[in-house]
Amino acid sequence: MATEYKPPALPSPFSNTKPPPILLTQGAEAHLYKTVSINPAIPAALKIRPSKPYRHPILDRKLTRQRIIQEARCMIKLVREGVKVPAVLAMDWEGQGGDEGGWGGAWLMMEWIEGPVVRVVLEKWEAWFKANRGTMDEAQITAAEAPVRALLRRIGAAIAALHKAGVVHGDLTTSNLMLRTSEWDQEDRAIEGEVVIIDFGLASQSVQDEDRAVDLYVLERAMGSTHPLSEPFFEELLVGYREGNKGAISTIRRLEDVRLRGRKRSMLG
Amino acid sequence: MTPQLETINIPHLPNAPVHVALYRNVENSASLRQQLLAGNADFEYALIDASMVLSRQHAIAAIFRAVNDYSNNRLKSHNVHSEIVISFSPATNITESFRKFGITDSTKDLLVVKVSVSSEITHDSVAAHLESSVVATSVPFDDQSLSEISDITKIKKAYKLGALPSPGTKIDRAQTKAPTDDDVKRRLELSILGAIALRGS
Repeated sequence: MATEYKPPALPSPFSNTKPPPILLTQGAEAHLYKTVSINPAIPAALKIRPSKPYRHPILDRKLTRQRIIQEARCMIKLVREGVKVPAVLAMDWEGQGGDEGGWGGAWLMMEWIEGPVVRVVLEKWEAWFKANRGTMDEAQITAAEAPVRALLRRIGAAIAALHKAGVVHGDLTTSNLMLRTSEWDQEDRAIEGEVVIIDFGLASQSVQDEDRAVDLYVLERAMGSTHPLSEPFFEELLVGYREGNKGAISTIRRLEDVRLRGRKRSMLG
Repeated sequence: MTPQLETINIPHLPNAPVHVALYRNVENSASLRQQLLAGNADFEYALIDASMVLSRQHAIAAIFRAVNDYSNNRLKSHNVHSEIVISFSPATNITESFRKFGITDSTKDLLVVKVSVSSEITHDSVAAHLESSVVATSVPFDDQSLSEISDITKIKKAYKLGALPSPGTKIDRAQTKAPTDDDVKRRLELSILGAIALRGS
């Protein structure tokens, strides 16, 4: 029998929040809500990692705590370095109500980023481009592609800044890239706004070419499958990446290797 | 003169209204500190050296962390008010937190915070007690007042953010994409908020 899905009860203090936080998305590891920050006039994103009932409670707390702290450390480091990511406003990794029977989850309150995710922006553009390119001449096609090329360059520059600050994202997709703008509406094809990287749930601190190249590779593959018409411009992203990062040449050389073998390193030596 | 005591209802913490007053030219810092050290319950306040406070948001973030820890029964100190002073600090050392962020005998600018943890603590009761206890000029608790009080160099040092640009310094406007003073201050503020949130991790 189908029952209506009910998200888990909110932990304190958000059980008191008026109006209650609104559930936006749910992943395997966390629920994302929209709520207000510590200033009632300013919205905030609230990421809650619930405890996992199938894990041993002590191990569960340890893992949840470790992961949320790692995520927050990466974001806070990036904020300090001036990289465009949501700032951490408050957090709590202690759980509630003791080891046994208590709540072993953790939460992270972040700056709210207003604007669309790049996935949606590219989907809109691709749908429009597909429908109209038949009627366009070469010059019109070039003009239509220009904003997408420019966007990919800006994304490349944003990833360069991220890597330069010593952080790798671990899950770069067009759903984890946003355009900060207050003027975007659903029907808009505009590709404006500052690129903001979000969701550092799998991020770590690393300056290795291998890790950086895998970041680029994962995004390239993600684009290939979700945005086939934009993927040919991936080269532009690498141009933007190279402009923003001195070490880019060795990273891009490594990317060639990763492309040949895939994301996982061979275990055969 | 009745002090300008602001009562703030911090979102997510509806059961703990917070009363905040900002003072300049405080004349009796030494005696206020003495009351605190003597453990006089009437003087149970968070008394913060206001030169260590960058902005309203900075102060509220520290208060939020302390009140949340209080309501989850995990205070590192005697009460929620001493915890607020500790919450300003990015480090876990309690003595050092008080030395850096708490009132000293020579404090001239003072931020006073009182949380309504019981029903006897009201705006009026706090306002009346402060009026009779603090010898100073009351100013509004806002970013305008704080910008005249905060010691950016000292704040950056306490949060180990020396590498960040300081608001109020001259920026080469000819340089393209130079950040505005607001951008610079915002980056510093958000870096501080991160440090407060991560304390003890």
